[in-house]
Amino acid sequence: MSDMVKGVITSISGNMISVRFKGSIVQNEVGYVVLGNERLKSEVIKIKGDLAYMQVYELTKGIKVGDPVEFTREMLSVQLGPGVLSRVYDGLQNPLNDLAEAHGFFLPRGVVLDAIDLEQTWAFTPVVKKGDVVYRGMAVGTVPEGIFKHKIMVPFNWYDEYTVESVVKAGDYNVTDEVAVLKDSRGDKHSVTMLFEWPVKIPIDAYNQKLVPVKPMSTRIRIVDTFFPVNKGGTYCIPGPFGAGKTVLQQLTSRYADVDIVIIAACGERAGEVVETLREFPKLEDPRTGKTLMERTVIICNTSSMPVAAREASVYTAATIGEYYRQMGLDVLLLADSTSRWAQAMREVSGRLEEIPGEEAFPAYLESRIAEFYERAGYVELPDGTYGSMTIGGTVSPAGGNFEEPVTQATLKVVGAFHGLSRARSDARRYPAIDPLDSWSKYSGVIPVEKVMEAHDVLRRGNEVHQMMMVVGEEGTSLEDFVVYLKGELLDSVYLQQDGFDPVAASCDVERQKYMFKVIYDILFDTFSFNNKEEARKFFNALRQLIVDWNYIPMEDDKFMEHEKLIDKHLKSAITEKAVA
Amino acid sequence: MKKVYNRILSVVGNVITVRAEDVSYEELAEVTTSRGKTLAQVIKMEDDIVSLQVFAGSKGVSTDDEIRFLGHPMKVAYSENMLGRIFNGSGQPRDKGPALTENMIEIAGPSVNPAKRIIPKRMIRTNIPMIDLFNSLVVSQKLPIFSVSGEPYNELLARIALQAEVDMIILGGIGLKFDEYMYFRNELEKGGALNRSVFFVHTASDPVVEGLMVPDLALAVAERFALDGKDVLVLLTDMTNFADAMKEIAITMEQVPSNRGYPGDLYSQLAARYEKAVDFDDAGSITVLAVTTMPGDDVTHPVPDNTGYITEGQFYLRNGRIEPFGSLSRLKQQVNDKTRKDHRAIMDGMIQLYAQYQETEEKRSMGFRMSEWDKKLLKYGKLFEERMMSLKVNIPLEEALDNGWKILAECFNPDETGFRSELVKEFWPKGN
Repeated sequence: MSDMVKGVITSISGNMISVRFKGSIVQNEVGYVVLGNERLKSEVIKIKGDLAYMQVYELTKGIKVGDPVEFTREMLSVQLGPGVLSRVYDGLQNPLNDLAEAHGFFLPRGVVLDAIDLEQTWAFTPVVKKGDVVYRGMAVGTVPEGIFKHKIMVPFNWYDEYTVESVVKAGDYNVTDEVAVLKDSRGDKHSVTMLFEWPVKIPIDAYNQKLVPVKPMSTRIRIVDTFFPVNKGGTYCIPGPFGAGKTVLQQLTSRYADVDIVIIAACGERAGEVVETLREFPKLEDPRTGKTLMERTVIICNTSSMPVAAREASVYTAATIGEYYRQMGLDVLLLADSTSRWAQAMREVSGRLEEIPGEEAFPAYLESRIAEFYERAGYVELPDGTYGSMTIGGTVSPAGGNFEEPVTQATLKVVGAFHGLSRARSDARRYPAIDPLDSWSKYSGVIPVEKVMEAHDVLRRGNEVHQMMMVVGEEGTSLEDFVVYLKGELLDSVYLQQDGFDPVAASCDVERQKYMFKVIYDILFDTFSFNNKEEARKFFNALRQLIVDWNYIPMEDDKFMEHEKLIDKHLKSAITEKAVA
Repeated sequence: MKKVYNRILSVVGNVITVRAEDVSYEELAEVTTSRGKTLAQVIKMEDDIVSLQVFAGSKGVSTDDEIRFLGHPMKVAYSENMLGRIFNGSGQPRDKGPALTENMIEIAGPSVNPAKRIIPKRMIRTNIPMIDLFNSLVVSQKLPIFSVSGEPYNELLARIALQAEVDMIILGGIGLKFDEYMYFRNELEKGGALNRSVFFVHTASDPVVEGLMVPDLALAVAERFALDGKDVLVLLTDMTNFADAMKEIAITMEQVPSNRGYPGDLYSQLAARYEKAVDFDDAGSITVLAVTTMPGDDVTHPVPDNTGYITEGQFYLRNGRIEPFGSLSRLKQQVNDKTRKDHRAIMDGMIQLYAQYQETEEKRSMGFRMSEWDKKLLKYGKLFEERMMSLKVNIPLEEALDNGWKILAECFNPDETGFRSELVKEFWPKGN
């Protein structure tokens, strides 16, 4: 290209460079620092006079003042098309497995590979015919991708009304083959392939309307589904100090959530955690489809030691891919771990730009960026009348475990559910360590809200009694209050707590939750009477033991019912001892 | 041939600036001062003004001192000859041995492709029950010891290093007191491990900036040994000194501080080092054990706080014992299902009871009457501290598990412990 805009580097500090350019450039456009054979991807983030400030998505070691930069006029984009599922990408959608194959153990600098295999062919079936009228986001055909029908859609940035001029016959094509030709309102023809690009920082909005999320998304985690549910298309956040189990919770959710597609954005966290997902998902069976979990998963992996600017981009990359699959009428869950690292990446960039810092040196636009990100979630009605959803769950890693910090606070303002993890609960090995008293949800889950509120009330009162006992001692507590405390503890230990490592106990589906909740609910509101506290404690200890064992028995197993009889028998034993009926 | 510059424009803190051309980012330069030669590294460039951090500090730097750019970033030698040797924070010999100049490798190289990592599966046995039983250490783990100054963290580090079955030990000392440095040397020598060790030592009396390179030097060398199939254990002590050195440079460079003066990229900087821990497919591994002292015993201090989010767990060392609360090995789940089937149950169950003991202990100290249950808990807590927590206990995991059941049986009835009946049947000591 002769009219390509070029520039030269005038300063370097960390991953920030400033570039003197000639001609015109676009905010957020991508440029490349040319360093011999290496081309380092960079993004314009500030323009001042003839100087462009750019963040470099790679290590800046070895760059010199005076090195050339080539601008592209394109914003940072991802490739969309069949073949994205089950892949592992870095924050800029470079396929990590292909990189490993080509370059070995380490991540090379300045290498860009195609995100989608251009050679692979897909069995295309047209769904339109010549003369049909289509708009952006409408399908012209489908290809099977794993267990899904992947819609080949009119690219989302084609804003006109189009008439189908021609469409290919059913058959095998690769992603760059022309599958249809569309004529716009002025009569110009456009070629449709299975592949197109979309800028990651612009939300995909090729839907009719956004609706209020109403369908619950089951995670098979009791404390979430029953007490703090999340709806499909909703948002939630998991703040917690380190070691409180954020990542284990995210991993369990990614396994058991009843959605079609899970996108995991490992953003600035440990590589080891991604590796677990990476190596195990191809082996684990998806309980709903019988295929492997990997077939419904996309991993965007920009771990903590990978370049920080690409970390900033990674959550947008993940959101864009999620929105793309939502356009096909699928339920997508995006798990971002951790949004604090993403916010810190913004802070690093802001610091290098010498912007006036806000609280804890985070930039002033932190809140609006967080809000924009979570707003990309949603339950939408698509052009063809079907519905799709993208749910976003983000972990937050507050400094010092203190929820008063800017990222947690900005996040709490915009999400629909708050699963706050507490150090006290994780220290006491009460997993998942979601604090049942602090957390909240604005969604309604699988159990009627009133019943949940009643159960929650027992928990709250039990905790009050516990607090009081810490002050006045057990002897200063009435037997009646003591039983409330024991009931709260029982609810906590057999229902809220859940063994995340046992295959049966870890996965408590909706049916089982409803069944079990009824049993527990009855216990909470049965009146028991005991002669003294020791007797009450003994009774509840034994009851807890019985129900804990029950949690490990598969529901379809014969022993499940037998065991329930044991529980009933134990309950009746206390009722016979009841002094007053 | 690189040009020599002899006009220093400014000296602020340990950072000097000079007008120079054709210099690349992070390049090294040699500064010749009246006190001798020292290395400096490019940390910022603006037009032709280059800022360099001077490793030996700027004390005695004169404005007409000579600066010669070397044309390459920091490098370190890598060879078998390094074993048993001691180097300083610039990679120069600290012992009487010759300088190594062959086979120089770049430090702070690119990160490992996550797709090439494997799930760590090998446990490192230390014979310390608080580690083996409750928070197993795993090959390729990165794990700091959080503690206040004065705790025996270096003793613990040396003991783990000696008892762990690894091929090599690389010690990176940052701001190490001289006697601590000698302690490590003597301990490893006594244990016969010195000839499979490499030391990079920056002592408290050396210029602060020189400590900045220590983790990178140690890890770069470790990485090469690991690629050659060795299981390498890297000990870094103390990473708080490392963070403080970074803070000093950041403030000198007038960067906007984020929290208590630390730079905004503290997390990324620490992560770049810790993430070097790895288990290579078909090759060796790097395990990183570090010490992070917590100023004022405050775990929310930016250094331990950021570290905790990066590392795969942490050991709290308090009152000479590894605390069960807060201490965590995130990789333990990878190995503790293959040891003995009661391992996980004992691990969680005993801690839950110990948590209840602490609550009771609190009540007792406030003068409340102790119920039967409270008395049982008090007895349990005491036994737990004596036979599990004490660092004097030096027994294999299996023995520690048996001890666990014994302690439980001495204090409780099975149904008071919340263990699954199946395990109780198999492991509860008979006759109780």
